[in-house]
Amino acid sequence: MDVFSYFNYWVVVVLMMLGFFIVIARGNLVKKLIGLNIFQTSVFILYISIGNVSGGAAPILEEGVALYSNPLPHVLILTAIVVGIATTAVGLALVVRIHAAYDSVEESEILAQDEPC
Amino acid sequence: MLSQLPVLPVLLPLIGAPACALLRRPTLAWVFACLVAVLAFLCTVSLFTTTWQEGVQTYALGGWPSPWGIEYRIDLLNALVLLVVSGIGAAILLASRASVWQEIGETRRGLFYVACLLCLAGLLGIAATGDAFNLFVFLEISSLSTYALVAMGPDRRALLAAYNYLIMGTIGATFILIGIGFLYMLTGTLSMADLGERLPAMGESRTAFAAYAFIVVGVCLKLALFPLHLWLPGAYTRAPSIVTVFLAATSTKVALYVLIRFTYSVFHLEFSQLAQALDTVFIALGVIAVFAGSLVAIFEADLKRGLAYSSVAQIGFMVIGLGIGTVEGLQASLIHLFNHALMKGALFLALAAFILRVGSSNFSSLRGIGRRMPLATAAFVLAGISLIGIPGTAGFISKWYLVLAAAAQQQWILLGLILAGSLLTAVYIWRFVETAYAEPEGDSVIQRNEAPLGMLLVIVLLALLNLYFGFDSRLPVETAGGAAQALLGGDAS
Repeated sequence: MDVFSYFNYWVVVVLMMLGFFIVIARGNLVKKLIGLNIFQTSVFILYISIGNVSGGAAPILEEGVALYSNPLPHVLILTAIVVGIATTAVGLALVVRIHAAYDSVEESEILAQDEPC
Repeated sequence: MLSQLPVLPVLLPLIGAPACALLRRPTLAWVFACLVAVLAFLCTVSLFTTTWQEGVQTYALGGWPSPWGIEYRIDLLNALVLLVVSGIGAAILLASRASVWQEIGETRRGLFYVACLLCLAGLLGIAATGDAFNLFVFLEISSLSTYALVAMGPDRRALLAAYNYLIMGTIGATFILIGIGFLYMLTGTLSMADLGERLPAMGESRTAFAAYAFIVVGVCLKLALFPLHLWLPGAYTRAPSIVTVFLAATSTKVALYVLIRFTYSVFHLEFSQLAQALDTVFIALGVIAVFAGSLVAIFEADLKRGLAYSSVAQIGFMVIGLGIGTVEGLQASLIHLFNHALMKGALFLALAAFILRVGSSNFSSLRGIGRRMPLATAAFVLAGISLIGIPGTAGFISKWYLVLAAAAQQQWILLGLILAGSLLTAVYIWRFVETAYAEPEGDSVIQRNEAPLGMLLVIVLLALLNLYFGFDSRLPVETAGGAAQALLGGDAS
């Protein structure tokens, strides 16, 4: 089945759109960050799927195994995961500060407290 | 030492940042950050002259050669961007003390300089690296530190501006990541030089097209090209004054570099069918950016916000140059990149001085500033004249080359639009001149209260550089010409 052989990529597309939609549509700053995380996670899955070689073993040197999966995308995405965590941390720290300053994490309520910036 | 030169401008601030975090006293942190930035600047000057004389410099990180390891590859384009970023960065850090001491609480001053150094390291890294994924990592280093810097702004709206920037910036960076993933899927390599060799051979692949689309949208978010500019006015207006100078003069320039690098060195779009359609898009968006940005700037009541919109407009000019798609157009775009860093550096730094003395950047409170701070105001006006593009200033050179490039393509309408856009610039600069030299209302006693010496020196220096490069434009013109030739000549070296 063609659809199922690309299962990973379908998941990626669905997650990506879900995350993106949450970022755009939600007014809650924490939910926006969660959406951003889902969006980033979909890209992680995309990279990990790229690394798969059909029939390939895990990329650990061993006798009798000739075909390995490509480990490079995994290593790359390890870096991207760290970046994602850092982004989330900075974002959440900002939300904490915003909450302290405005006493709300709803975008509409915050915007109502100041003239537009 | 000399063989390590390509990596030094990036390594110095990258190692300097954590070292700076160990310093307890804010003054020490400031001195240390300045020292690191000046050293990095000296390295880029040396790197620039070496590249100018000997051609492309390469450096294999960890001794792993190019397609396998990360390679730093410095050609004229990289060298020019490195020079601009590190030069302006060092100048701004040197001038920053008074403004930072006023706007940022005592406990955060040291960390402010740590974030500045990290941001500098990220920007220089983007400009130096020859590896697509490494570029993404440096992009995130610079972006994350920028979010922190913007959030240090004096009032609480800075937090929201930083948050919005974080959301938009992360979407942009993730788009770039997706694009790079597609490229890796297609070619199995991440080195830009290697990608540049393999991609054209693939023909008109749909994956390559998707990759390019993702990367362009991602980079344009960072570049704040209209209509993806929404984060920029908020972030520029609410950030601490010094951060605004830093962002306006460096980070959009680096984003433009990334766009140029991917378009011409990685995808080689000059050979592609797509190029025609894309040029139209870039020119259209650039023209809209020029007019929308300038018009908003004209009616803005706050000078800082007005200048932020003016940045959107100037980015439009650079993208128009890119969209013209010839060697001349690209050259004009790069010259404007160089000159705009000088202009906006001087403008925003003078504005930082006004804010330091007046406490606000509203036009109403800037009345009579020309008498209170004659030198800083004169520098502001000089840089403003350069922004308009009056002959004798650096701005004239970039507008002149842009007009020539449009004329060479016989795009007369575009030429007219460029000139009209420049006239709009004159309107908002004139508005400042009128306010600055107007009689202040109420009490007539005006005390001269110039900016602190260190700040004033840098402001005047940047303004004079605008004048200098208006008369002796060999450095930007020849470098940009060489870089544009190398990019479009199909000659990858």
